[in-house]
Amino acid sequence: MELRGMNERIRKLRQQSVTTQPRLSLERANLETDAYLEYEGTVSIPELRALSLKKVMENKTLCINDGELIVGEKGDGPQAAPTFPELCCHTLEDMHVMNDRDLISFKVTDADLELQKNKIIPFWEKRSIRSKILKAVTPEWKDCYESGIFTEFMEQRGPGHTVGSENLFRKGFLDYQKEIQDAIAALDFQHDPEAMAKKEQLNAMSICCDAIMILGRRYAAFAREKAEQETDEQRKKELLQIAANCDVVPAHKPQTFWQAIQMYWFVHLCVTTELNPWDAYSPGRLDQHLNPYYQKDVADGILDDEKALELLECLWVKFNNQPAPPKVGITLKESSTYTDFANINTGGITPDGEDGVNPVSYLILDCMDEMRLLQPSSNVQISRKTPHRFLKRACEISRKGWGQPAFYNTEEIIQELMNAGKSIEDARKGGTSGCVETGAFGNEAYILTGYFNLPKVFEITLHNGFDPVSGKQLGLKLGSAEDFKTYEELMDAYKKQIKHFVDIKVEGSNRIEAIYAKYMPAPFLSIITNDCISRGKDYNAGGARYNTSYIQGVGIGTITDSLAAIKTHVYDKKDLSMKELMDALHANFEGYESVRNMLLDRSPKYGNDDDEADNIMREVFSAYQKCVTGRPNMRGGQYRVNMLPTTCHVYFGEVMLASPDGRLCGRPLSEGISPVQGRDSKGPTAVIRSAAKMDHISTGGTLLNQKFTPSNVAGDNGLENMAHLIRSYFNLDGHHIQFNVVDRQTLLEAQKNPEDYKDLIVRVAGYSDYFHNLSRALQDEIINRTEQSF
Amino acid sequence: MPIPNIINVQRFSIHDGKGIRTTVFFKGCPLACAWCHNPESQDFTPQILFDSNKCCGCGACLQACDKKALSYQNGKILVDWQRCRGEACGFRCEEACIHEARFRSGKQIPVKELIKELLRDRNFYEESGGGVTLSGGEVMVQDMDYLLELLQKLKKEEISVNIDTCGECEFERFEKILPYVDTFLYDMKAYSEGIHRLYTGRSNQRILENMKRLSQAGAKINLRIPVIIEVNGGDEEMSKMLNFIKENIHVTQVNLLPYHKAGSDKWERLGMENRKVFCPPTAERMEQLKQLWQSAGIAPVYIGG
Repeated sequence: MELRGMNERIRKLRQQSVTTQPRLSLERANLETDAYLEYEGTVSIPELRALSLKKVMENKTLCINDGELIVGEKGDGPQAAPTFPELCCHTLEDMHVMNDRDLISFKVTDADLELQKNKIIPFWEKRSIRSKILKAVTPEWKDCYESGIFTEFMEQRGPGHTVGSENLFRKGFLDYQKEIQDAIAALDFQHDPEAMAKKEQLNAMSICCDAIMILGRRYAAFAREKAEQETDEQRKKELLQIAANCDVVPAHKPQTFWQAIQMYWFVHLCVTTELNPWDAYSPGRLDQHLNPYYQKDVADGILDDEKALELLECLWVKFNNQPAPPKVGITLKESSTYTDFANINTGGITPDGEDGVNPVSYLILDCMDEMRLLQPSSNVQISRKTPHRFLKRACEISRKGWGQPAFYNTEEIIQELMNAGKSIEDARKGGTSGCVETGAFGNEAYILTGYFNLPKVFEITLHNGFDPVSGKQLGLKLGSAEDFKTYEELMDAYKKQIKHFVDIKVEGSNRIEAIYAKYMPAPFLSIITNDCISRGKDYNAGGARYNTSYIQGVGIGTITDSLAAIKTHVYDKKDLSMKELMDALHANFEGYESVRNMLLDRSPKYGNDDDEADNIMREVFSAYQKCVTGRPNMRGGQYRVNMLPTTCHVYFGEVMLASPDGRLCGRPLSEGISPVQGRDSKGPTAVIRSAAKMDHISTGGTLLNQKFTPSNVAGDNGLENMAHLIRSYFNLDGHHIQFNVVDRQTLLEAQKNPEDYKDLIVRVAGYSDYFHNLSRALQDEIINRTEQSF
Repeated sequence: MPIPNIINVQRFSIHDGKGIRTTVFFKGCPLACAWCHNPESQDFTPQILFDSNKCCGCGACLQACDKKALSYQNGKILVDWQRCRGEACGFRCEEACIHEARFRSGKQIPVKELIKELLRDRNFYEESGGGVTLSGGEVMVQDMDYLLELLQKLKKEEISVNIDTCGECEFERFEKILPYVDTFLYDMKAYSEGIHRLYTGRSNQRILENMKRLSQAGAKINLRIPVIIEVNGGDEEMSKMLNFIKENIHVTQVNLLPYHKAGSDKWERLGMENRKVFCPPTAERMEQLKQLWQSAGIAPVYIGG
């Protein structure tokens, strides 16, 4: 397919987006502090939150970049990242670290440091959610957290992990406000003991409607002001059109394709300014939401494909202008990237079950192809009804090697959602966000609570509940490695330890959820999430139609290979004693090279369609899944699992000794549900079959990485093979697959000469990132993922 | 004949016919092509490949070898290849070597077990229109009872089978397997008998005759020509090959496979004298040859597998 190529406008905007150094913007923190100083104690907490958002929208610096058609920035310009001291109040040292670190740095000015020191820290230090959490959790929880048994998502960022629905494109905020007023009018103060709390919450939502409409009005005025000063006639016209668009949205329902995109962007800004929710926010099924506007505008003669593509590309730049909120400590380690995981789903099926691919779907693919930006994360949903042409076009972009689009299985997603109690229509409207997380878009709060280190729990199992790295007794005393006379005894002990640590994790998460429900409501996000208005309840307190909490399992490949090696050599063949194995692990295999070779090369490995190894994977997965799924959370919903790592497999490996699969001390664990790096030797079909032996439908998402050499996917045949692999995996109910098509040599070169490979983008784990932005360990890890070449 | 030795069962084979396939490489071949990329596929019996680059000289293999084929000199392991070959051994040196320097090529796999392995990727075959390819070495000279049992079972499972062959066997063998085969990937190395004999060690008369008879029997034939400039890459020989095909054979596809040097270090690992090294054809030459075949208008022509 011939590409139109970015036009000059887009080229400039893109250039600005990718070359601007990210920096902190303390404006939001400052205005919020003012709002708290003004209102705290005089209004309810939800109203206080809403008034803070309103204060920011009334006073924030506006920005219209040269040439742009979609307006609004989260900070005061591109790559300016607001801070959220009410969640995590950065110390001055944090800010120096952010400024100085090599990777994922944010520039901090002296004025920022002054403001932080004199105003932000004194006000927020003891009030922040982070300090509340650390006070509320148990000592056991803290020990586990610090030892890398699990991580905690809500310690620096707000609950989010959610996505918009078609409502965003069908209503204006005056419509929402009317609904809210009607809900207030219908409150029953005669009988409902919660009526007062509901009224406060609904009031807060109404204030948030004002906040976003104020932002719209300010942009309309600002664009007119700029138009007056503009000498270029063409640009003047554009600015006046932008002003006219902002007269309509966000107050009213959008009338055109252009306004629909602008509407979404205002919503995005407000969701991500109210709090810093994980995975930002996403329009979800953007092709379906925009298609009616596209059809109408084309029929009216005011839009053609070129213009529509340009507008989409302007939106893409907007996403890319917003780096993920600055993170520090373990949270940075588990998610070491500027990417904020706004994940747009293209394709899939419609709410009534028809093929969902439409002309806008193809335009979005062209947009991805031309833009090659880290953000938004772009994926395609492939259903049995998806035309082959669409799949092939997506493969064509994917094989260019930068990891987008990733591929998701529509039918499997729908089964996951229905298995978790969603209606068929809500399930069909759903999709994936973040990395691979399944959700009922617009209807669900599906909060990821943290990663869970499956191999670490096994390490502790081998040491009688003792963590040899932190030197603490974290687990149950069930016996040391040599006490387990049979493999079954060992496995049984491992399962008991999993339950022990899941108990600790869940108890902590429940406390944290309650803290957010009480102190940190999100009234703006609640407006646009069904059924918060009708329930008069906040998003963070169980107001959504569905409320799920996830714990993400990490290292299934490493734990499977570890157990398979022990079973084979210690218990079945008996050619290695448990004592010798433990000595070898403690020595990091130094002086035990032959033991390591035996574990590495002479043991069944997950990822080779070897039933012996794969059955162990199933047993571990099932034990973990059953231990988590169905536990009640604090929002009226349940806990479930998904299997993804972001960058946490690197961190989790750092807190471990050598493992029985032959992995050396401190090295990364396997990522997602991919095999251990370099241990899959039978090709991609074997990997796919192994991975498909996991019960994906019982999860909320799994992540499979596949690396190919360029020659493997060359030509039309290569595209067909890629498409067939994807379809075959999806026939086996696989959830997600993504490809890295870069040869090893290129990656090694890029590691050696980062300056020459500034633009090299690779797939990490459910998202793409610049290779030079990755830590050395993660770079090595990607280089070592088996390159399938035949 | 004994149960065949199999070098490798390779899944996700995408260069041996339509779709995603699993290819079985049988050990042993009647020809000895000078450019052979897989010299371990020529001999019918199992062999050890020794990669001296991976060898650290630890000597674990010396103890293991019950044929006294290995010796130790100046920190290096020397192989007496005469002793190493010949009578079958227990291949204990492979087991002993933890550095993966010693690798056994050739293993007998009972049909039942092989079928199980081949059916593993059934869903990929069905999605992609692929199946199983039997290759080698040379599959057509392997034990016929084994082959028939294998082919009949695959047919029963509705798995498409391609046979990759050099064509050098009695035609009766083709007749027996014909009902179970979807496509023949038929190699043609030269038209001139002298050239063929010089570079492969055998006459090509039976090969060409078999091709004709297969074509007459209605078999689907994909022609595969390894292009080696010094052998068949010149205008004269290539035109002779083209004319033979045009006049005698109904082919559905032509693949021109440019010679490459990838196999050359395997000769060393087998303790065999490295044969003549040829020049890989240039991209321009391949394109010219593609034009030549295309202009004959007999079937679609592709460069590469």
